[in-house]
Amino acid sequence: MLLSLRDVTKTYPGSATAVLGGVSFVLERGTMLALTGESGSGKSTLLHLIGGLDTADSGVVAVNGVDLTPLDDAGRAAFRRGRVGVIFQQFNLIPSLTVAANIAFQARLAGRHDKNRVIALTDRLGLRDHLHKYPEQLSGGQQQRVAIARTLAPQPDLVLADEPTGNLDEATADTVLSLLQDLVAETGAGLVLVTHSERLAARLPRRLHLQGGHLA
Amino acid sequence: MTAVILSALASHWRRNPLQLLTPLVGLALATALWSGVQAINAEARASYDSAAETLGEGQFAQISARDGGPIPQQTYIALRRAGWLVSPVIEGRFGPVQLIGLEPLTAPGGLGPVSVDGGGDLAAFLSGSGQIFARADTLARLPDSGVPGVVAADVAPDTAITDIGLAQRLLERPDQIDRLIVLPDQPLARRPLAEVAPDLVLAAPQDGGDVAQLTGSFHLNLTAFGLLSFAVGLFIVHGAIGLAFEQRRAMVRTLRALGAPLHRLIVLMAVELALLALVAGTIGVALCYIIAAALLPDVAATLRGLYGAEVSGQMTLRPSWWLSGLAIALVGTAVAASGALWSLARMPLLSGAHPRAFSMSHRHRGKSLLALGLLLAAAVLAILGQGLLTGFVMLGTLLVGGALTLPPLLTLLLALAERRARAPVTQWFWADTRQQVPGLSLALMALMLAMAANVGVSTMVSSFRLTFVGFLDQRLASELYVRVEDPAQATAITAAAAGHSDAVLPLLSVDQQIAGRPAVILGLRDHATYRDNWQLLRASPNVWDRLAQGDGVLINEQMYRRSGLDLGSEVALRQDVSLPVLGIYGDYGNPAGQVIVTEDLFRRLFPGVTARQFGLRVDPDQVEVLRDRLREEAGVPESAMIDQAAVKAASLAIFERTFTVTTALNVLTLAVAGFAILMSLLTLAGMRVPQLAPVWALGLTRRRLAALDLLRTLLLASLTSALALPLGLALAWALLAVVNVEAFGWRLPMYLFPLDYLMVGLLALLAAAVAALWPAWRLSRTPPAQLLGVFRHER
Repeated sequence: MLLSLRDVTKTYPGSATAVLGGVSFVLERGTMLALTGESGSGKSTLLHLIGGLDTADSGVVAVNGVDLTPLDDAGRAAFRRGRVGVIFQQFNLIPSLTVAANIAFQARLAGRHDKNRVIALTDRLGLRDHLHKYPEQLSGGQQQRVAIARTLAPQPDLVLADEPTGNLDEATADTVLSLLQDLVAETGAGLVLVTHSERLAARLPRRLHLQGGHLA
Repeated sequence: MTAVILSALASHWRRNPLQLLTPLVGLALATALWSGVQAINAEARASYDSAAETLGEGQFAQISARDGGPIPQQTYIALRRAGWLVSPVIEGRFGPVQLIGLEPLTAPGGLGPVSVDGGGDLAAFLSGSGQIFARADTLARLPDSGVPGVVAADVAPDTAITDIGLAQRLLERPDQIDRLIVLPDQPLARRPLAEVAPDLVLAAPQDGGDVAQLTGSFHLNLTAFGLLSFAVGLFIVHGAIGLAFEQRRAMVRTLRALGAPLHRLIVLMAVELALLALVAGTIGVALCYIIAAALLPDVAATLRGLYGAEVSGQMTLRPSWWLSGLAIALVGTAVAASGALWSLARMPLLSGAHPRAFSMSHRHRGKSLLALGLLLAAAVLAILGQGLLTGFVMLGTLLVGGALTLPPLLTLLLALAERRARAPVTQWFWADTRQQVPGLSLALMALMLAMAANVGVSTMVSSFRLTFVGFLDQRLASELYVRVEDPAQATAITAAAAGHSDAVLPLLSVDQQIAGRPAVILGLRDHATYRDNWQLLRASPNVWDRLAQGDGVLINEQMYRRSGLDLGSEVALRQDVSLPVLGIYGDYGNPAGQVIVTEDLFRRLFPGVTARQFGLRVDPDQVEVLRDRLREEAGVPESAMIDQAAVKAASLAIFERTFTVTTALNVLTLAVAGFAILMSLLTLAGMRVPQLAPVWALGLTRRRLAALDLLRTLLLASLTSALALPLGLALAWALLAVVNVEAFGWRLPMYLFPLDYLMVGLLALLAAAVAALWPAWRLSRTPPAQLLGVFRHER
């Protein structure tokens, strides 16, 4: 089992209500699911917990059988550069690095840099002509494709995408999502896609809906 | 992983070289100013030390002739035979150089260029035609005597050393000795001096009266200025590093999200900063050498004129400067970056824009409270504190507290202006200016500190000049001063001057322990010269009449402050004679205590002491005639006569030199602050585009926006200058009334110089305007596509 969540709760300091109130589900290797819900339903929080960006108050978040909840800051950092890749809505590229350096960055950080794979990815994502450009010189769709390439370059077991098409128009969003689905399927990784778009969620084989911090 | 993270961090600097330049240049300039001032001080002190070592001044007891004349060689031999361990010295002008003759076999260890226990080329020193030791530049100026010269960097400037026999020959004074240095360890069974040589007197080692102490005030002020300059630089570095960190927050967050461990990020950023500090420190020390080398000739001239201290006027690049320069750059960077690193270490991985804004408003309030606390602490220290260290702590708290009050005060003033504005553009202008305050605050604080330092130091130096010139008028009231070689010459001078001068005023003096401290008792004749010219800091009624009747004494300010003697306190002049203090007078530049009694009383108390100096009152037009007369009839050499007008003119010229140094430092400090503004404006320029684009879209031309930006900088600089003025005056007060008193025992009155302040304010505005020109020009040339891009990105 790739991902397993059991009774995961989370409340932000200063807030009376829980963002997540006991969420449980599992995800098998090579499968994809869409996580939907209204704004404030806890989608992004759940994704952050799975990605080791934040810690749950209680419950178990296990990836590849390893529980993330007891990990300290350094342990979670090691997890993030290990077998998980996160794609953000705001792309979060490093503005001072070229496209090529951005794509190779996470793989180099994880110690799994494969030049051939990076070339293959850039070809698939249509970034060949942009490798020496800086992020600010690219359109939103191109930037998100760079972010996808960066995430997939180290061949993660699990890909987490937080509203990856939120900043893109409909046509570009469709193209980007198709590419992401294809590439994830090719690597056999799992994918959790957070989106508030019913249309995009419908394109994935499995869907979970969050409402008020609970799975509906 | 480390290399990958480092390459990402470094890529930021590569893409934003301006942001790298800001801390680099700021830190280099700060290090240069601090190290430059320290180097000037160190070089001057090294010169005094070598002078003291060469001449044995102050370190050892000395024997000289009671009448000040030469000591026969036979007397020296008689003393050695009687058990006295003494070493002969002869001094005199040999061309433009002071030639000193020593006897290395008997001289105390370490004195002169060679000695028995110090090794060296003793044989060469004593052999054949001998050798002359001096600095290279001094050797070049020696008259040709056929004696080989040896370069000795440790010898005092303008001084040459040789064997006493050779010196006697070169000075054409065979068998003569000027003084005898008394070695510290003397045999107990030696015959008393009065018995062996009754014409000689023994003087104890000097205590507190050496050159280093006299010049201490000057150096302390330079050090304070160096510290202020460094503080200005630190503000720049703090601002630059803060901005650089702020702009890399997103990158740091991404790096962490991708799995870079926080502690490694912090360590690597600290290493990065340390490297930056080392590079900047190296540049700074190199710049320091240039600054110090440019200023040292003026400092040397000032010290020579003010205190007679010989300083070489040439720089030697000492290894300790490199070390201290690099150390101060590292420490400065650590201080400036610690806050940024700390906030980075505590930054939540998922922090958004809102919490940051929230924390900034809280920090703003925290800084205001800190500023108030610091100002309060400065006030408490000023009232209750004691000691030099407390004085400096008070200065520090005052300056930092004052600087920290600037952003909230500016925000308040701008908010008031905004409330009164009616036209939409004016309203936007005030609101936008207020929005720029946080981004510019560190640069403006640097400007405020620079301006305050200028006002403070200018006030102090100008007050010092006014006081000192007034003091010279008091002390040099007589038109001509004559030094006397022996009592017979004193009688001859009195006779020669009688009928050709308005008054002949003998100046009697004797060293004495007063209230447990070394002091000088002066005997002055009751004369209008003193009554009309001397201004007393505190006085009892009819002070001069009572002094003339021998009813009391006057004491100098040093004695009043250090010995706790006040008006009415009894001063023991001898075991059996105590008199009350009638008045206290200012005695600037003199480290020792002084007591003045009337001439009659002095002669009764110390009958054996004769006048060694006379003041002669004469019509200024008749000074030259009187000089000729004294030379011809009393045999007074030209060098023994001091023309009051010449001394005053020389003193004023010296102060002009002092002003050159302070003006140079003023301009440099303001330039550093101007640079801070430039860097802040350029750094902020990128962030300004989204703020300006909507206003541009609404119809304001780029040209007008640029003009408003220039006006904004000038307005902020004007407000900062206005707020810096009271801080600068407080600084001047602290330097004059606290630090100076704690360090030297005398307090300088504080004068105000409004025109000078106006000039400094205009200079500050000029610096700000020059700094704002380029960013404004760039703004006026911003391509419309860039402004439109803002809307595109926001879609």
